[in-house]
Amino acid sequence: MIRFDQVTKLYKGNTRPALNAVTLEILRGEFVFLVGASGSGKSSFLRLVLKEENPSKGQIHVLGQNVAKLTSRKVPYFRRNLGVVFQDFRLLPQKNVFDNVAFTLQVIGKSRGFIQEAVPDVLKMVGLAGKTNRLPHELSGGEQQRVAIARAIVNKPAILLADEPTGNLDPSTSAGIMTLLERISQSGTTVIMATHDAGIVDQMQRRVIELVSGQIVRDERQGGYQTQTIPVQGFGPASVSRANLGIAGQAEEVAR
Amino acid sequence: MRFGLIMSEVGNGLRRNISMVVSVVLVTFISLTFVGAAILLQLQIGQMKGYWNDRAQVSVYMCTDSSTAGQCKLVEATKSQKAAVQDQLKSPALAGLIKSVTFENHAQVYKNYRTYFKDTSGADFITPAFLSETFSINLKDPKKADVIRESVASMPGVEQVVDQRKYLDPIFAALNAASLTAVSIAVLMLVAAVLLIATTIRLSAFSRRRELGIMRLVGASNRFIQTPFILEGVIAALIGSVMASLAVVAIVKFFVQGYLGTQARDTPFIGMSDTLLVVPILLVVGAVLAATSASFAISRYLKV
Repeated sequence: MIRFDQVTKLYKGNTRPALNAVTLEILRGEFVFLVGASGSGKSSFLRLVLKEENPSKGQIHVLGQNVAKLTSRKVPYFRRNLGVVFQDFRLLPQKNVFDNVAFTLQVIGKSRGFIQEAVPDVLKMVGLAGKTNRLPHELSGGEQQRVAIARAIVNKPAILLADEPTGNLDPSTSAGIMTLLERISQSGTTVIMATHDAGIVDQMQRRVIELVSGQIVRDERQGGYQTQTIPVQGFGPASVSRANLGIAGQAEEVAR
Repeated sequence: MRFGLIMSEVGNGLRRNISMVVSVVLVTFISLTFVGAAILLQLQIGQMKGYWNDRAQVSVYMCTDSSTAGQCKLVEATKSQKAAVQDQLKSPALAGLIKSVTFENHAQVYKNYRTYFKDTSGADFITPAFLSETFSINLKDPKKADVIRESVASMPGVEQVVDQRKYLDPIFAALNAASLTAVSIAVLMLVAAVLLIATTIRLSAFSRRRELGIMRLVGASNRFIQTPFILEGVIAALIGSVMASLAVVAIVKFFVQGYLGTQARDTPFIGMSDTLLVVPILLVVGAVLAATSASFAISRYLKV
């Protein structure tokens, strides 16, 4: 589904890479948490999957396509297979809930009939069936994020990327959003979620990939926000000893 | 569906940016009017040069029965007088200077007059008898016109000998200068128009950057994203072009034909047929410039 092969991303004017020789594979239908401090490379990872950025080194395959070889003409069609959700929702403030979701389908040229059917369906699925005519500012944060999720999945993407989708929400609202994402995942969509929310990660017990300074330091099935076991590491430069990274708390844990 | 969506986007963009759009319209209007004026001036020069060069650098007009100028005494030049002039032109002293001589009788002169002055008011009142029979002389060296004049002007039956070039050179120089001025102003204004269109489109894109971001994220094709912006620029520029075309047509109709045409009846002025050639040029120039600068301006919002 998604394969990174020794991917390094170096931004211009920055000597330290945002991602450093990252190799990983994410399979169809997986639910993956991407954890790590700010600046550890989570967002860069998501941007690379979306081909908003190109890797400085290494190869990325998404949905069987070599992302580097996509021409700029084909990128839009590639992106129709991906859904994206952000921390700040990114809704269009002057459009109501229905139109925000319908906009996605309109701009990729879906017919009016398809839109009339698909949008109410997806709004019902995210639990906003009764609020189709509200404007974004008339909704709570959790509801706005549901609209954003509806927009991301209305075209039935194979992959849903979520960049800290619960970052702006209180814990109980976050739980609701997570239930929704889990439901989406169960329907076969691969979900990749970057997050800082330890509670959610610990509770969900899904695959956790931890990034530190652009390197994968942990890739654990059914993990928590902080590992309970010695991390499984098997590849190249990523196998840096946790103690050497000098991260408080985590270093202690290894020492124990 | 998609067409409707694109057009509503265009409408929104134009409305949201109305002051910029108005300035684009005005700047394209002015610049293309200058472009049109420059083209018309060149056409005018071409028309006059064609008129005079095809004919002769020197014309020897023979007397008509309505003329008292030169050697004329209200009597039509006789056959023998014409023959004498012809012989004089063929004499060894002059034949060396002359490339060709054609003689046009009343009917031919009238016919030429009708072709060149058909758009001039008053052409209908001229009859063949009014127009002098003419020896049109093409000189090998146009500067030798004086020699011809000296040897022919005093012959009986000759109304006058005219060196056309002498009248025309300053006129051509003036027209050329005017045309150059118009072209330089036009170029400056077009640069301003192009930059203004680019700025307008950038502003328009900036005010819609949320939509653009989402469009790119969900996979709207580049063409779908850029079409409304390009159309926005093209529509604004086309309004300007249409106004410029109307202005050019009005200048020719009311100034050239309505004023100059009545003031200087014997100069061949450009007519409506020439003007209507300029109109499509202006429309195409306006549309192409706008489309290019708009697509250039929007391209940075499409980079992936």
